[in-house]
Amino acid sequence: MTSHGPLKWQFGTLAEVVQETPRVSSLHLDVPDWQGHLAGQHVDVRLTADDGYQAERSYSIASAPDDPRLALTVERLDDGEVSPYLVGELRVGDRLELRGPIGGFFVWRGDVDTPLLVIGGGSGVVPLMAMLRHRANIKSTVPARLLFSSRTQADIIYRDELSRLGAAGDGLTVFHTLTRERPAGWTGYTRRVDETMLKEVAWPKQDSPAVFICGPTPFVEAASQLLVGMGYEPRSIKTERFGATGGTA
Amino acid sequence: MGFVSRGFRGKRRDNVSSSRVPPGQYVVADFPVLSAGPTPHVNIDQWTFSIEGEIDEPKRWTWKELSALPADTVTTDIHCVTKWSKLDTTWKGVSVDTLMEGVDTAADFTTVYSDGGYTTNLTLDDVTGNKAWVVYEFDGQPIEPQHGGPLRFFVPHLYFWKSAKWVRGIRLQKEEHPGFWESNGYHIRGDPWREQRYWGD
Repeated sequence: MTSHGPLKWQFGTLAEVVQETPRVSSLHLDVPDWQGHLAGQHVDVRLTADDGYQAERSYSIASAPDDPRLALTVERLDDGEVSPYLVGELRVGDRLELRGPIGGFFVWRGDVDTPLLVIGGGSGVVPLMAMLRHRANIKSTVPARLLFSSRTQADIIYRDELSRLGAAGDGLTVFHTLTRERPAGWTGYTRRVDETMLKEVAWPKQDSPAVFICGPTPFVEAASQLLVGMGYEPRSIKTERFGATGGTA
Repeated sequence: MGFVSRGFRGKRRDNVSSSRVPPGQYVVADFPVLSAGPTPHVNIDQWTFSIEGEIDEPKRWTWKELSALPADTVTTDIHCVTKWSKLDTTWKGVSVDTLMEGVDTAADFTTVYSDGGYTTNLTLDDVTGNKAWVVYEFDGQPIEPQHGGPLRFFVPHLYFWKSAKWVRGIRLQKEEHPGFWESNGYHIRGDPWREQRYWGD
């Protein structure tokens, strides 16, 4: 666990914006006082209006620990307060107040041989991408599988980069599923994650992979329960959930 | 004048008194679910709730026994460390004061523990004096598994990670033992009004 004392608010400067999909962009920040992080951790971002009003939100770190810039990948939520500012208003050269890294549990250090199974729904892929980028940086050949659920082909965040990582021949396989589209020539799955899909993608329980699942709550709930049903040890499954649930209880 | 985020306006929710919303929080109308692992499966027939540790005789209740104890209905605001706050939430359950009736202890600290291995630490002072409950209903309905049902701990004056889901017992202790999130970067106490989110805050 990276432990650097109190997490002070600090500034990053936006150096580059990379549009990943129509609603998702990555912000590449120069953060001079950044103390380092582990793949899977997140930052708190704080915006201040000119009358002193402030809003804070958390965003997973997309960049790997050894990457030169801190990257946040943000999905613009139409009814959001902070995301429409980050994706749409914030410009190269602007400063952004943040603190971190936060969270010592949902992290992958890459220092053990356990196979890695990461399952992401939409922007839930962000902390998992930090893990896969870290895995590539440290030239790990630990067997790894990503199951990534997106709405449509155009919504697949990091699509090209994932193709390259998956073709590197270092033991990573990337599986995609689309829930709202069936494009011509598509070779991936075209439905919500279910038991049949997981049995094809996930290792048998005896292989005891480390599992990280991230995305909207219903997605995480479904995927985690399916793995438990397949005999996976619940404690081997780490989950991170975000976004609206829609429910009242 | 301090730092200003160029071009940021924010969404003011004017119909909510800002005195009810702790620093850094925003109000939600839905009820987000956050947890570190899969929702545990609970067998209610074998389920018990215990108070143990620094106590002469551990106390234990079955589901039936716990359900028969005098219950309170509490309406209050809840605040998650992930920044969302939900106002005027209504819960029903048994006060920890009721559970602790007749208990003599030298303990100043507790660990609240749950199915699935989750723990959180609380001072005895933070869970007594009408500050904490074990709850089984939210908004008049049994608490859903993903929200911590059948029983969750409820200590609304602190960040909601302290309101342990799937709670099974309270261990009374002479020393403080950081729980799950408290061992993973989160503040040992978690007072939202002092914005005690992380270590060192």
